[in-house]
Amino acid sequence: MILKSNYQKSIGLILGLSLLLLLMCGSLVFGYADTNLKTVYEAFTSYNGTNEHIIVHEVRLPRALIGATVGASLALAGAIMQALTKNPLASPSVFGINAGAGFFIVVAVTFFYVNTYQGFTLIAFAGAAFSAFIVYFVGSFGREGLTPMKLTLAGAAMAALFSSLTQGLLVVNEAALDQVLFWLAGSIQGRKLESLFTVLPYILPAIMISLILSQKINVLTMGEDVAKGLGQRTGFVKLTGALLVIILGGGAVAIAGPIAFIGIVIPHFARFIAGNDYRWIFPYCVVLGGSLLVFADILARYIVMPEEIPVGVMTAFIGTPFFIYIARRGFNQS
Amino acid sequence: MKKYYKLRFGSNKFSFLIDKKAFAVSVILLVVTCLVFLTSTGVGEVLIHPLNVLKTLFGYGDEMENLFIFSFRLPRIMIALLVGISLAVAGAILQGLIRNPLASPDIIGITGGGSVGVVLFLMLFSDQNNSLFVSIKWMPVAAFIGAAIVGILVYLLSWKNGANSIRLVLIGIGLSMLAQSLTTLFMVKGPIYQASQANVWITGTVYGATWEHVRILTPVVVILLVISIISIRNVNIQELGDELATGVGSAVQRNRFFLLLLSTALTGSAVAFAGVIGFVGLMAPHIGRRLVGSSFGALLPVSALIGAILVMLADLLGRILFSPLEVPAGVFTAAIGAPYFIYLLYKTRNS
Repeated sequence: MILKSNYQKSIGLILGLSLLLLLMCGSLVFGYADTNLKTVYEAFTSYNGTNEHIIVHEVRLPRALIGATVGASLALAGAIMQALTKNPLASPSVFGINAGAGFFIVVAVTFFYVNTYQGFTLIAFAGAAFSAFIVYFVGSFGREGLTPMKLTLAGAAMAALFSSLTQGLLVVNEAALDQVLFWLAGSIQGRKLESLFTVLPYILPAIMISLILSQKINVLTMGEDVAKGLGQRTGFVKLTGALLVIILGGGAVAIAGPIAFIGIVIPHFARFIAGNDYRWIFPYCVVLGGSLLVFADILARYIVMPEEIPVGVMTAFIGTPFFIYIARRGFNQS
Repeated sequence: MKKYYKLRFGSNKFSFLIDKKAFAVSVILLVVTCLVFLTSTGVGEVLIHPLNVLKTLFGYGDEMENLFIFSFRLPRIMIALLVGISLAVAGAILQGLIRNPLASPDIIGITGGGSVGVVLFLMLFSDQNNSLFVSIKWMPVAAFIGAAIVGILVYLLSWKNGANSIRLVLIGIGLSMLAQSLTTLFMVKGPIYQASQANVWITGTVYGATWEHVRILTPVVVILLVISIISIRNVNIQELGDELATGVGSAVQRNRFFLLLLSTALTGSAVAFAGVIGFVGLMAPHIGRRLVGSSFGALLPVSALIGAILVMLADLLGRILFSPLEVPAGVFTAAIGAPYFIYLLYKTRNS
């Protein structure tokens, strides 16, 4: 860890928050349409309906807000999972949550003609929960319980199953493809603020509860026996943690589609900065996760201008080397 | 009764031990393969009696049957057969090589690399009208290069005083995720963003196979199979583990690298023509090992035949279940394969 004292860590958190806000401003300013800080400022103070102002209001503001929320949720979900499973490679995408949510959404579009944001969100939650449950269950077979290896393999298998079923359904129902293809690519572009407001009532309390729960998670990471000896109801903490992961991961997937690796990279980075205390790791995850996704989203606009890369692809570029690094280093250190 | 049957020829220069049980199993599987082949040729929107199918295959069919069988059905069934064989043999080699029953070309990202190669190929060599300006014959080469790059990367990246099999699998999973997002990227950017078409290909299908594909794939697969048969003894030695293999005088690292390339080539050529038909490379060798044990000489033909049966059946189901719509074969192989994989995880839970 870089930052030693609580004082330093608070300063670091404030810096992180400033970074997030700065990047969100950047997300409002930079892009294909030529805007600068002044236009953005005017768009909020004296809105006059020009193209630039409309773009800032309707396109970039939702993107910045959604990016920050989704990034924060994914990172936090990843951190909780890593703590609960004692597995440095755990993250929503490795658990197959993304693929599960995607599959449920495609089923809903194909068979139940769902097309409201509310519906999408709830269904994505259900899919995420379903997939997480199965992977957790399958990964826990055997004497040693949930080993990193088994977890990762079970996740990969479920993800493969769900994604090929999804694709099969899409082939049968081509009309649905139009509706969901962009969602499946994982992007925060072109999302409406409404979809954010649909999930915010779930995500915000979940973030709050995670911060409160962080102390209990600290105890739990010392080992289940120790935690029990200290009088903790470990089952309750684990269950709450799992629910939080489902709400955060599922909510993020519901808005943005599958976005990989933020849930792996950021918790490690947070641990690198702030040490092993989850009371600090969680808030760091929130600000850094948001920052990373907003940053990746800005980059995604510039790489093949004037087109855009889905931000899920960008995060995979950033995340894969990191994943490999952790896999090489082994599981013994956290 | 002895377990093996000796075969010597060329005044004792060549000799084989033929495992009697494996031989019997292979013959049974061969019969099943032929049955599936005939059924698959006969069943579809127009039903053709198996006898008529046979008649047509030997050149005595009427015009209608000729058209259906030779123009529509046979190419794709041939491709399904070849692809099944390639994937199964690739999986069998790989599993022997990394001595991990959970390894398969798709789990460790080799298939994913192949898809990236193909999508990139289509993107780089297409003109404005989305038509290719180089021969499609180069597509397997692209798939092979993609698959080879990932295969070698997986091997290199997991190298840390030897390539530990757990690391191999984990790094493979990581790379396959990267490959997946690269494929998405090139699909969105490239001219094959005729989304549904590309989507079908990614899911793995033999739909739209032509005789040209068969003409390209057949020699490739045959050559690779011959090389695989020659390498049987190397795979067997690899399965002993590093120390023993070195002890009996095998150039372990060189052979391992060569076998990895072979497995990659088989996977690459399958991916080039049928996309990502998942889990065949995992299931077929496993079922094979159940039937005849893990001696590679027995395993190779058995798993090849099982692979062929799996892919042909998946294709057949995809054609008839939701007719007139076609479901890609990859959906069915994954639908059987993923639960099978979980079952394997369960079986190996305490090891």
